Amino acid sequence: MKTYTNTGSKDTRSGFGDGLTELGKTNENVVALCADLIGSLKMDDFKANHPERFFQVGIAEANMIGLAAGMTIGGKIPFTGTFANFSTGRVYDQIRQSVAYSDKNVKICASHAGLTLGEDGATHQILEDIGLMKMLPGMTVINTCDYNQTKAATIAIAEHKGPVYLRFGRPKVANFTSVDQKFEIGKALHLVDGTDVTIVATGHLVWEALEAAKVLNEKGISAEVINIHTIKPLDDEAIIKSVSKTSCVVTAEEHNYLGGLGESVARVLATNKPTPQEFVATKDTFGESGTPEQLMEKYGLNSDAIVKAAEAVIKRK
Amino acid sequence: MPNTQQLKDLTTQVRRDILRMVHKVNSGHPGGSLGCAEFFVCLYQEIMDRNEGFDMNGIGEDLFFLSNGHISPVYYSVLARSGYFPVDELNSFRLINSRLQGHPTTHENLPGIRIASGSLGQGMSVALGAAQTKKLNKDSHLVYSLHGDGELQEGQNWEAIMYAAGNNVDNIISTIDLNGQQIDGATDDVLPMGSVKAKFEAFGWTVVEVNEGNNIEAILKGMADAKSKTGQGKPVCVLLKTVMGNGVDFMMHTHAWHGKAPNDEQLANGLAQNPETLGDY
Repeated sequence: MKTYTNTGSKDTRSGFGDGLTELGKTNENVVALCADLIGSLKMDDFKANHPERFFQVGIAEANMIGLAAGMTIGGKIPFTGTFANFSTGRVYDQIRQSVAYSDKNVKICASHAGLTLGEDGATHQILEDIGLMKMLPGMTVINTCDYNQTKAATIAIAEHKGPVYLRFGRPKVANFTSVDQKFEIGKALHLVDGTDVTIVATGHLVWEALEAAKVLNEKGISAEVINIHTIKPLDDEAIIKSVSKTSCVVTAEEHNYLGGLGESVARVLATNKPTPQEFVATKDTFGESGTPEQLMEKYGLNSDAIVKAAEAVIKRK
Repeated sequence: MPNTQQLKDLTTQVRRDILRMVHKVNSGHPGGSLGCAEFFVCLYQEIMDRNEGFDMNGIGEDLFFLSNGHISPVYYSVLARSGYFPVDELNSFRLINSRLQGHPTTHENLPGIRIASGSLGQGMSVALGAAQTKKLNKDSHLVYSLHGDGELQEGQNWEAIMYAAGNNVDNIISTIDLNGQQIDGATDDVLPMGSVKAKFEAFGWTVVEVNEGNNIEAILKGMADAKSKTGQGKPVCVLLKTVMGNGVDFMMHTHAWHGKAPNDEQLANGLAQNPETLGDY
């Protein structure tokens, strides 16, 4: 089976920061706004290099979303930066009316998504943001898996006209996708070929899915691994094609199983090709304090959980 | 000097439009719309520097954002009568498949509208963003916005008000419609706000008061004064004291007509008080 190498663990948020730095040089219409989390979002370079295009809004996320919507009028491409919780739940109505319904070209960039934010606990660990954002008509929803992909996605969304939610995280995780990848919104990445089970993963769970595929392979189970970086619009075709071969699927995400990638995949399969599915996701619960590893273990979001889910779903074929 | 008689005639016609629009669909918000009729007429006919046609980016022209979107009837009437779309289209207000949604939206591509509004408290942030883009684009034109006084109860306004002064956004003129009324009653009964003037000043804004907000000469004078105060490092706020329901006696000085349409008899009464000037749609 095809294997991937971690070229050195890095945080996905640094991929965002470095992508934004690149955009600063190449696209003069890109402006950035931050709600008092410049360091956490790795926006320091953009701020230093383009002070006139950087807007510190203070701890006022609702105003930040409105400002960003307004800045598009006249041709700017605003990138807002704060934690995923404050990027979505806190400002849902502002995004709904001023950005999505108004079809504004705003890029909502959200770090510290999910449990891997760690010790800060459940107030900051949003596990509902994919659901909130994918329900908004016209919103593109992206959850990247590593540093390289996050950097490529950050650069790519500037070229996409329309609102985008870009979700990434805090901890250093394996960096394994190619450094010179071209990021195509809405296009699933086929990482590993397999015949017994399809694992569809997004975000930090993609590396875990690759690890799981290795373990499964040792057990004589051939797992196909698909990286869905774009949850909306979803690459229906890639999913249907894969399960046509494997006849069962495991979805894996750092998100509630209500409203996440898993439900989107279930919708596609229910209407096209009903297929047994297991969900590796949080089960309608809040998170808590702990190290990222402890939390992913406790809430069943690691490679072990994916292996178990794969074995379970194969039995349901 | 503008011909104020023409502006008054247009205002009368706009009042008729408002009454007829909300009467036809038995829904909508006539009270605040009537109270701001003179302001909208002055803004679109005299105050703003506008380009021909409509372009979303609005480069090289003044922009306007309506934050209290429920007064869409006055907005639509004045936009139509300022040439943004056919006046006959006012017939489609709030009907299915219409560009004239209950609250203004860009979603149906109605010329003149640059942001959806209706969920309150969001317009000032949007207007400030547009004002900052104007600065980045070295476009010296101004951004205008309108907000209800009750709307100031929404906290996002105060984030925006603080931001504007802190960032010297001095190319914006935000007008507050001080009619003292909101759905549930007088603003002072619903949630006493104290001095709006003192609050804006404390937040670092320049404040211009227009005590006769339904008087065209007073509006033009006040807005010219406000314009003269832009570009001086501070955002500018106009406190426009209006009478809700102005021009239709039984709708005045009460919140009762905030979101209620007149019946046939009431419509006839209201129209009789505002004889046709430029022709009904």
